[in-house]
Amino acid sequence: MELTGAEITMRCLADEGVEYLFGYPGGAVLHIYDELFKQDRVKHILVRHEQAAVHAADGYARTCQKPGVCLVTSGPGVTNAVTGIATAYMDSIPVVIVSGQVPTHAIGQDAFQEVDTVGITRPCVKHNFLVKDVKDLAVTMKKAFYIATSGRPGPVLVDIPKDVTTARCEYVYPDKVELRSYNPVVKGHSGQIKKALGLLLEAKRPMIYTGGGIVLGEASAELTQLVRALGYPCTNTLMGLGGYPATDPQFMGMLGMHGTYEANMAMQHCDVLLAVGARFDDRVIGNPKHFFQEDRKIIHIDVDPSSISKRVKVDVPIVGDVKEVLGEMSRQLAAGGQKPDAAALKAWWTQIELWRARDCLKYDRASPIIKPQMVVQKLYEITKGEAFVTSDVGQHQMWAAQFYKFDKPRRWVNSGGLGTMGFGLPAAMGVYLAHPDSQVVCVTGEASIQMCIQELSTCKQYRMPIKIVNLNNRYMGMVRQWQEFFHGNRYAESYMDALPDFVKLAESYGHVGMRIEKPEDIEPALKEAFARKDQLVFMDFVTDQTENVFPMVPGGKGLSEMILV
Amino acid sequence: MKHIISLLLENEAGALSRVAGLFSARGYNIESLTVAATEDATLSRMTIVTTGSDDVIEQITKQLNKLVDVVKVVDLSEGEHIERELMLVKVRAAGKDREEMKRMADIFRGRIIDVTDKTYTIELTGTGQKLDAFIEALEEGAVLETVRTGASGIGRGERILRV
Repeated sequence: MELTGAEITMRCLADEGVEYLFGYPGGAVLHIYDELFKQDRVKHILVRHEQAAVHAADGYARTCQKPGVCLVTSGPGVTNAVTGIATAYMDSIPVVIVSGQVPTHAIGQDAFQEVDTVGITRPCVKHNFLVKDVKDLAVTMKKAFYIATSGRPGPVLVDIPKDVTTARCEYVYPDKVELRSYNPVVKGHSGQIKKALGLLLEAKRPMIYTGGGIVLGEASAELTQLVRALGYPCTNTLMGLGGYPATDPQFMGMLGMHGTYEANMAMQHCDVLLAVGARFDDRVIGNPKHFFQEDRKIIHIDVDPSSISKRVKVDVPIVGDVKEVLGEMSRQLAAGGQKPDAAALKAWWTQIELWRARDCLKYDRASPIIKPQMVVQKLYEITKGEAFVTSDVGQHQMWAAQFYKFDKPRRWVNSGGLGTMGFGLPAAMGVYLAHPDSQVVCVTGEASIQMCIQELSTCKQYRMPIKIVNLNNRYMGMVRQWQEFFHGNRYAESYMDALPDFVKLAESYGHVGMRIEKPEDIEPALKEAFARKDQLVFMDFVTDQTENVFPMVPGGKGLSEMILV
Repeated sequence: MKHIISLLLENEAGALSRVAGLFSARGYNIESLTVAATEDATLSRMTIVTTGSDDVIEQITKQLNKLVDVVKVVDLSEGEHIERELMLVKVRAAGKDREEMKRMADIFRGRIIDVTDKTYTIELTGTGQKLDAFIEALEEGAVLETVRTGASGIGRGERILRV
């Protein structure tokens, strides 16, 4: 039987097993919405802005092992979605975006709500398609899901002109597709793996540094097994938190610009570095010139060959799926029976413990004003480390990363690469839908939350009992911190004036609002909020305006040049 | 150093812009870029002349390989290869210069393909260096217009780039 393009689009999504579609209707996608209306396999979540649709799909994808899917209209629908798409792209998140386009005959005519969607999104998608013939629609949808979820994942956009949604053809959804031009490498080179293991076993001062690739590649069990078998220290990037259990004694905390003293010092002074699913970016290693050490050997495992030797020259590159490669390393390690140099390792740990004793994350716990760190710490204690935590971008994000100890992967959801303010709340919506029986918290600030505050309405409509922890210091905190450190205390436009009363604002959307002003009220407030299982609670914590995030590696400096408390 | 990178890519709308966009987005140089369909109409063959350190060239080939539309990438400069470029030059050819211009074209094995009372249009193929040399050999002011295709390259001997 012949179906219309709109029917085919919905059938593809349903046959792909899509549970939720995050979207916003408009002229070019009206036929698709009409078909959505007539079916009940895919549930639609109506957001209040297309940026939030992509962030929500992104949050969904980050916390379960399925791609997130959204549907937006042409023109402004797409341009609004671009921030979300770029966010997913920078963090390699599998998202499929279906966008409406003006009819094929109108393309290029400056039609109403026309933009060159494929052109605008090209630099921030893994791939995109413009479907000009309904006969190509089903196979293109299949390709989109395949490309988005395989290899190094990423967002894929399918642009569908309106006349294609009314044209008809037979519907067959392929079981699988093959692309001659796209074959991600899975298995690592066994010779390279052997070489890497040899190098690791000879190390006197080894260090293991892992990123988001461990989380995306479902490799945290394999990583944990290898790290424990070797007895080496392990650090995670901002994107990699939860990849290795944070409460494990071999865990060094996060590294990078706001990483721990011990993690950064060990990175800088190790003699063999194993990097897995990480990309040595500027917020992680600072200036590559300062990071460079003549006698340090680097092993780098990544599914994306272009991530290897991009910023830092690597001695042993291994291209492959991290789960596969780490598993193979553990097998070879067990079979070889070789042991690391125990005496050297003991000396190395002694040095690390000295660095650790610096207690770089200390803060004034007796302060009469609420310290933001304490809020996150209490949040961690009250949720027993089991919550899914999303964040926006800035100081609160760093405090959440430093003080919430993630023992499991896919619990920490933040915009690490693009640094998108406004990400936290819509991402939390996607997380909630993926895990409706879990605690979902959005740690945010009064500046970030206002960038997608309209989603409080979506939360109301779908009864999403998200807990919002607003660390309200009346400043764009991270901007203010840089201005204090590097711009002579000139706080140019970083003061958040004319803030709304967040309690009333939450209430006006039909939620619960709380304002917390004293340190002793943190715990009772959090307990009360989590006791309200069916309600969204907006907790507005009035925090110390002068608090800064430490340690800090200033931009362009080396990892050992940290500013400490 | 100069490199000639050859690629096979899907002959699809937008494939060229993905390659060009990659170069501009990542700040790589393009000295020239040529592209046309191959004997297999589903594939295009592209030749890119670029410059950069070894690290940069390594990144360029990796990033090109990462593009979903790109089927194969080869850095021709890594081995023996042949490079050819076509140039059309319109030159002043009047009076006593007319004979001299004809001689110059012959020396460089160019062909005169269009003639007026005052001009010749010369077709010349060769490496980019040869074409540069021809322009330099002409008297200043003799050149009225030039158009160059950019280099095309192919591996020597039995080195073959195909799917």
